[in-house]
Amino acid sequence: MPKLIKNGQVLDDTSVILTDSEGNEVHEDGDAIVPLACWLEERHLLKERHTSVGVLLEGDAEPAELKDDLDFLKLIVINFPSFVDGRGYSIARLLRERYGFKGELRAVGDIQRDQLYYLARCGFDSFVIPDGKDADAALASFNDFSDSYQATVDRPVPLFSRRRNQSAN
Amino acid sequence: MYIYDEIDQQLIDDRVRQFRDQTNRYLAGELSEDDFRPLRLQNGLYVQRHAPMLRVAVPYGVLNSKQVRKLAHIARTYDRGYGHFTTRQNIQYNWPDLAKVPDILEELATVQMHAIQTSGNCVRNFTADQFAGVAADEVIDPRPYAEIMRQWFTFHPEFAYLPRKFKMALSGSTGDRAAIYVHDIGVQLYPAADGTVLADVIVGGGLGRTPIVGSVIKKGLPWFDLLTYCDAVLRVYNRFGRRDNKYKARIKILVKALGPDTFGDMVDEEWKYLKDGPGRIPQAEFDRVNAHFQPKPYESFAGNDASFEAKKAENPAFARWVSRNVHPHKRAGYSAITFSLKGLGFAPGDITDAQLDKVADLADQYSFGEIRVSHEQNLILTDVKQSDLFALWEAAKELKLANPNIGLLTNMIACPGGDFCALANAKSIPIAEGIAQRFEDLDYLFDIGELDLNISGCMNSCGHHHIGHIGILGVDKNGSEWYQISLGGNQGMSAKGTPTSLGKVIGPSFAQDEVPAVIEKIIQTYLALRQDDERFIDSVQRLGIEPFKERVYAKAN
Ligand code: HEM
Ligand code: SF4
Repeated sequence: MPKLIKNGQVLDDTSVILTDSEGNEVHEDGDAIVPLACWLEERHLLKERHTSVGVLLEGDAEPAELKDDLDFLKLIVINFPSFVDGRGYSIARLLRERYGFKGELRAVGDIQRDQLYYLARCGFDSFVIPDGKDADAALASFNDFSDSYQATVDRPVPLFSRRRNQSAN
Repeated sequence: MYIYDEIDQQLIDDRVRQFRDQTNRYLAGELSEDDFRPLRLQNGLYVQRHAPMLRVAVPYGVLNSKQVRKLAHIARTYDRGYGHFTTRQNIQYNWPDLAKVPDILEELATVQMHAIQTSGNCVRNFTADQFAGVAADEVIDPRPYAEIMRQWFTFHPEFAYLPRKFKMALSGSTGDRAAIYVHDIGVQLYPAADGTVLADVIVGGGLGRTPIVGSVIKKGLPWFDLLTYCDAVLRVYNRFGRRDNKYKARIKILVKALGPDTFGDMVDEEWKYLKDGPGRIPQAEFDRVNAHFQPKPYESFAGNDASFEAKKAENPAFARWVSRNVHPHKRAGYSAITFSLKGLGFAPGDITDAQLDKVADLADQYSFGEIRVSHEQNLILTDVKQSDLFALWEAAKELKLANPNIGLLTNMIACPGGDFCALANAKSIPIAEGIAQRFEDLDYLFDIGELDLNISGCMNSCGHHHIGHIGILGVDKNGSEWYQISLGGNQGMSAKGTPTSLGKVIGPSFAQDEVPAVIEKIIQTYLALRQDDERFIDSVQRLGIEPFKERVYAKAN
């Protein structure tokens, strides 16, 4: 079973991704995740029947389409068909920084441990590590770097502004 | 030059540790070849014809003598005693051992050097005018801007997995020596009437399979918006650039498909949300970085040095070197000089460990310990007193770095080609050698005058053949190596006002041994048809390629 890294812990990933566009199969326990198209079609039904639904975005998704749902949604999942497909990083930042999504943002698909640090900086806070990869060892990668230059989701003040404050002290 | 503070140093040390771990996992079989590839590429490590190839970053081409000695040490200890300077102002080592690369990186980190993002589908090394800070025609020194951008795009978490590689170049002179119109993003800096610094941003230029001259999509961008604006460009590209076909994945294809205006509108829409955010460059940061690029402690001179003028008058060989390899400086009594890495018997851009060590010594002795790399694959000392030029020339001659050919035909740009590169269709180095032999006679070379000749071993255009006045491209025909010739390319706005242009192919390609004679015919045609002191490129633009084509193919038939 794939592992889920969340809050620095390795868990079993029990979530179910539903591809049925009817959206009727969603479990009552709220662990199910539906593709964006399904969410957009069945939004009202899904909202009525479930307290918690995750929406799955592909790299070509327009995150603005979820703008009005962000208070309801507790989980957004972004799929990486290949770890070298970097579109999900931009989508994550848009969701976090522009649209203010506060819920769980999860990376799934071809996730390698060597991407975890960058993914976390773009706003992801949970990660499904594919079968056959050592999720416990992967935890070390969150500490690949001790600092970073840019303004990012996890550290919104860029290094140059922090440096300036230091030297002003 | 910029000197790292503790945090900058910590970050490259972190990187060495990270890459050592990645390499160990790869060697232990825990990381597959496919998974390791993008990681090693983002550390400048290719797997090439004979061995891995390591590309070390030289940000905007600036080095100090300590770094150059370290590069020499690496060439000696981990390679075969030489390195290769590239058109992206970097240095490549052709024979390192993969398992030793983390050690090389650790050594580089001790002199504030690294191989971060020198290849791979991420933001590459920033390039800039090799005479930045000293050029007589400079209006804005691009180095502090390049350094601030370099830092921002180092380990940029959003843009490490772009559709394709991404190259940026900056220029702050009236003459463009950084080829800013053939980069993914080119930045032209200039002062506004009130003295504030503005940038014109050029997007979507590039060479390779689909050569395109970039378009200005933003005029008059305030300097403090450079990071947020480039973030916006990159975000649009990251989201909407093609990923289905690697030959159509560069930003130039996206800009062309949408049209520069539409693309610019999309960037503006994105930028709206970013421009007043935390990425806006604070004046204090500019001042901090700019403090590293202050003018050197120059002596004051009223004008040209008398002994220098006298030496030129009495020594024609020295005068000839001065006319080509010595460049005007902002400061009276100072000059910049180019060590030519182009001559017979070695590949363009190649340099030995011993030469590197000596160049470092000469930089200490004559030029405040600083060395530059030009995108034409040469080395430069930027701050030499005119009274020292003669002694420096004599030292350069001993090192075989005094070939007086800068700006002339034998100052060729050439990629490593089939001798080293796994992607090549044909060799480049023997072509360069054949032409160098043909045009060995200096008087003839000087009579031909300014001419850029660029050679690439395949369509990827590492040797910039599209923007050579004469371009040579290696092509594959039924498994054998042929060479296609183009005319009329130009790399950038020159002092004479010739804008960037792409060369036109003159016709069917040639066998390797025919190439020098073909170049000779092209040159003879030019010499016969030129008006007054018209440069080669100006003749080609006036006449078109027809007369050249006729002469070249007349005899071949
Ligand atoms: C030997 C190993 C090398 C490999 C495998 C390699 C690979 C490539 C590839 C695949 C491209 C095409 C990029 C595209 O899609 O447009 C390219 C372009 C380029 N490379 Fe290299 N290269 C090598 C060496 C060099 C060297 C030695 C230089 C400098 C002399 C260099 C500088 C460039 C430049 C300037 C371009 C054109 C960039 C543009 O499209 O604007 N590369 N290289
Ligand atoms: S132009 Fe082609 S042959 Fe030359 S270095 Fe680039 S990829 Fe290799």
